[in-house]
Amino acid sequence: MNLQAEIPLDYMIVLSTIVFFVGLMGVLIRRNLITMLMGIELMLNAVNINFVAFNHYLFPNRLEGHFFALIVMAIAAAEAAIAIALIINIYRQFNTVSVDDVDELKF
Amino acid sequence: MTGPKIIFFILAAAIVVFSILSIFSRRILRAAIYLLFVLVAMAGLYYMMNFQFLAAVQLMLYAGGIVVLIIFSILLTSQIDSKLQAPKGSHLLAGGITAIAGIALSGITILQFTFKPSTETAVSTDMRTIGLQLMNTDVQGYALPFEVISVLLLAALVGSIFIAQKKKV
Repeated sequence: MNLQAEIPLDYMIVLSTIVFFVGLMGVLIRRNLITMLMGIELMLNAVNINFVAFNHYLFPNRLEGHFFALIVMAIAAAEAAIAIALIINIYRQFNTVSVDDVDELKF
Repeated sequence: MTGPKIIFFILAAAIVVFSILSIFSRRILRAAIYLLFVLVAMAGLYYMMNFQFLAAVQLMLYAGGIVVLIIFSILLTSQIDSKLQAPKGSHLLAGGITAIAGIALSGITILQFTFKPSTETAVSTDMRTIGLQLMNTDVQGYALPFEVISVLLLAALVGSIFIAQKKKV
């Protein structure tokens, strides 16, 4: 299947731009730590679309974008695990996960 | 309209609509499920671009791992039927302006640039090529990042267990 003739690269990049900024908006408007984490996941995924699309359209003779996306995914998994451990710890201390109520550095 | 184009537009519409829903949904569990739909649609995009391994990893790691972890933490930290507070007007305004200005600025820049499509023959993306390159130390080898990632994952594993454990009083 020749994808290049059907779907230009611009479509993929515009799609990933939209998802990235929707994720950024989610981080900005939400005050709940878990929904902010979901916004970050959306942003990471948007970046992954870019890597894979550039790999497929511009450099099909190697797999650099593919491996970069794979490593971004592994780091996203590590980041989500650490973030959720922190969120659970914060919930134990403050009994809430809203960033507005978590305002003490030392207790 | 041909087959791939129709599939692409369905996937793209699903990704955009569900990501916006997941940002604006007031029920946090529904937001997590919308995020799951976005991630599955992205796996479909990877399949379209012929990266089957990456699509499988996306489904296993994101849909099977991270979303389950997020739902798990939602159930630990909030009531199942509690609604999130509506975002503040000033936050909504600032976030909306940032998002729209960012999309407009990057979109204009992208559409003005002409990408030269490659004329090289495509390398096969089957499991054998990926496995050989991932374990290779040559120019096209990725053994070092692979090992670094494994150390990072181990550190994250130990660190998250240490952070989340109950402190002895």
